Amino acid sequence: MTLRRDFLKAGGALVIGFRLRDDLLGQEKAAPARGTMAGPPDAKQVDTWLAIHSDNTATVYIGFAELGQGNSTALLQVAAEELDFDMSQLQTVRLDTNVTPNQGGTYSSASIQRGGPQVRTAAAEARQALLQLASKKLDAPVNSLSVSKGVVAVVGEASRSVTYGELVGDQPFHLAFTGSAPVKTPAEYKIVATAVPRNDMPDKVSGKYVYMQHVRVPGMLHGRVVRPRGQGAYGAGAKVLALDESSIRNISGARVLRKGDFIGVVAESEWDAIRAARQLKITWDSTPSLSGSDGLYEAMRAAKTDDRIVLQRGNAADAIGAAPHKVAYSCRSPYQAHAPFGPNCALADVGPDSALVMCSTQDVYATRSTLAGILGLAVAKVRVQYYEGSGTYGHSCYDDVAQAAALLSQLAGKPVRLQFMRWDEHGWDNYGPSHLGEVRAAAGADGKIVGYEYEGWQHHWSNVETSEQLALGKPAAEWQPNPAMQVNPLCCGGMYDIPNLRLVNHHVPGLGYLKCAWLRSPLDLSFSFTSEQAIDQLAFLLKLDPYEFRQRNIKDARWLGVLDAAAKAANWAPRTAASNLAKANTVANIVGGRGIGMGTHLASYGAAVAEIEVNRETGKVVAKHLYGAVDAGLVVNPGNVESQISGQLVQTASRMFHEEVTFTRTNVTSLDWASYPILRFEECPQVTPVVVQRLNERSTGAGEEVMAAAAGAIANAFFDATGVRMNEFPFTPKRVLAALKRG
Amino acid sequence: MASGLKIKVNEREWSVSASPDTPLLYVLSNELMLQGPRFGCGLAQCGSCSVLVNGVETRSCVTPVSAVVGKSVTTLEGLPAWYAVQKKLAETPALHPMQQAVIDEQALQCGYCYNGMIVKASEFLSKTPRPTEAQIRTAMNGHLCRCGTYPRIIQAVQRAARAMSEVKA
Repeated sequence: MTLRRDFLKAGGALVIGFRLRDDLLGQEKAAPARGTMAGPPDAKQVDTWLAIHSDNTATVYIGFAELGQGNSTALLQVAAEELDFDMSQLQTVRLDTNVTPNQGGTYSSASIQRGGPQVRTAAAEARQALLQLASKKLDAPVNSLSVSKGVVAVVGEASRSVTYGELVGDQPFHLAFTGSAPVKTPAEYKIVATAVPRNDMPDKVSGKYVYMQHVRVPGMLHGRVVRPRGQGAYGAGAKVLALDESSIRNISGARVLRKGDFIGVVAESEWDAIRAARQLKITWDSTPSLSGSDGLYEAMRAAKTDDRIVLQRGNAADAIGAAPHKVAYSCRSPYQAHAPFGPNCALADVGPDSALVMCSTQDVYATRSTLAGILGLAVAKVRVQYYEGSGTYGHSCYDDVAQAAALLSQLAGKPVRLQFMRWDEHGWDNYGPSHLGEVRAAAGADGKIVGYEYEGWQHHWSNVETSEQLALGKPAAEWQPNPAMQVNPLCCGGMYDIPNLRLVNHHVPGLGYLKCAWLRSPLDLSFSFTSEQAIDQLAFLLKLDPYEFRQRNIKDARWLGVLDAAAKAANWAPRTAASNLAKANTVANIVGGRGIGMGTHLASYGAAVAEIEVNRETGKVVAKHLYGAVDAGLVVNPGNVESQISGQLVQTASRMFHEEVTFTRTNVTSLDWASYPILRFEECPQVTPVVVQRLNERSTGAGEEVMAAAAGAIANAFFDATGVRMNEFPFTPKRVLAALKRG
Repeated sequence: MASGLKIKVNEREWSVSASPDTPLLYVLSNELMLQGPRFGCGLAQCGSCSVLVNGVETRSCVTPVSAVVGKSVTTLEGLPAWYAVQKKLAETPALHPMQQAVIDEQALQCGYCYNGMIVKASEFLSKTPRPTEAQIRTAMNGHLCRCGTYPRIIQAVQRAARAMSEVKA
């Protein structure tokens, strides 16, 4: 059990609770030491969220994962603001199912949207209790007290003061939420809505930061999984026909572990594990199970689908039929990979009656439940700790690798550190779904959009991981639908004031296709690529500037706000699209274009402008400058959000120009950075991020809310440059040349 | 099991247990417990594992440990001291100017690729003290960033170049 104590220390999350004798802080009772019991702790107790230390610092317990977006800094800003602490006095701890509250997963860019109010409320409750204590201690009414840097003082009498640390130092509050604690108003903010530097950067630049890939424990083995290079159909899994263990006999330190069709190797030396995984001879069932990338869209369009009207108002078909200007487009977008820069890694120590798993999940509590089922343990006997990996951008292989590490540890009877290889991560990802979109829209002679229809075809997300599928034969299944996996109005026409609108979702059952899940701004790039080209084309038919046309058709002040902000940042000068074709640089055969687009992800508001260049001879497209404006309500850390917008713009260029999962009828073939290229330095656009700050609006997501707009803007810039509409991305040279030839 | 190999990393001699064909990365990670170089692809495609070997940026995931015997390996952790020697500074700074520039520009997001980014930029700046933006893009082109922080890395390289030009021995 020495090992488990090491694990506890490695978690760095132990803050011992002491019994509190001051009856002002609620009933006296014995508090179990934090970290010794399976969570989640009670979200209605202040102690779950906050511990004040005697040195007048505090630990804030937050249930959201730092995924590289800076939320661990921003959520501390919220706490510091309400508590009147300085940022330097606050720290947070590693996510841990024995320690941190369950705030749900770190999904949908919701740390600030959902977590901000929870942390704010908890901090306000604590502040209220602290002020009551100080009032008694200083013998002064609460309304005569002020707080700065955790020091409570009587206003006008600085000598009469006491610190938070002196009031409760290291003792629990034992205080349930009263629901009555006042929170500050935006006018009072000193720390929220400022660009506080991120707290994780110094350790990240010096090599001190502990990523999941760095975690080691004594006595562990290194593991690798052995699978076919590249997945086949989700429903088909992978079947072992023959396994020749003698094929790794020359690697004396390595051994094969197997459960069903789940196969791994373990060794004391990492290099032995890698070599053994590479060398192990397995004959896999290679019966074709896929359409192949070439036949994908035909297969999706012909599939028997579950159809659902997402939104309907008026009669779109009739309105479109009767209107003078109309457009119809069909657009395709590919499966794209999360492809985290460092493949996922996990370390598991599974014993007969308990387990500890360290991994990079977006949701420690959800992962704990699944692991318990796989290992045959009660949920309370499994502890999951979060270590940041490299940027995941959705459901990459972090759960899969955690399950695989747990299975290997259970089979080996020792702790196992499992690092996925590049081809494991690229080849067995839960890809962002491919999409087929059909849009019809029409406008009247007055420049008003009168009718709009969008139909989309795609799979739902996969909810069984490869490891559990192979090891336990768990049948493949898809998620029940939610708004992030279906046609939705925030990218499909909903920002415009359109009297007749119809959105239809066609769910293509996914078991015969690639495994899918949420990839940053799920489906939104595909929707806006299709929809915003239609809107743009209406402007073109009406001989209107595309920005002016959009202004004319938007009533919502916040959509207009981001549209104007993006256009202003780009110094948008009015002219109709494709009106500059004659000015091409005919010597280099390079034509420039600019486009505007809108769209977001579920909650916020996004608009973008793109300036691109197209080489008509080689088919190469490069984004020169991208401008993105986001309204995410109250932005806690504008510096972080600017960084997020910049990253989204660059990633969108990557996804629009380069990224595409390829596959044959048997397996995925894009398995590394050569076969799945992403944008590089030489083609990186300049970026201009614009934060539209709305102090009095509730915070909404900002980590994926401008990608859709940027995708639409890039597509429209292509039309402006060439007079030709693209109907499929990524804009590879081959596809571009074919489009230019088609005209 | 010691292979008997001796390597010099961050100006210190180490005896290596791993077999001579083991890629340097796994020795640095599992024997020296260094956290700068890290696994990214194992194929020399991404730059995650970069170190300096005799001052030249090298992909440690495909470099056998035996290939660096008799050479000097510098990792992210050793960059401040490497810089101090180059600049003949009396004291080793806490951070290489490129590391400081990344913080000043608030450049990184997840930061996983920044080992390679910082190592490569440090090598580049040692040879090209006043780089143009085009030179930076070309020099850095073999390093990938999934978070899309390239624009801020370019700014950080420019900032580090300015800072280094002001440093006097």
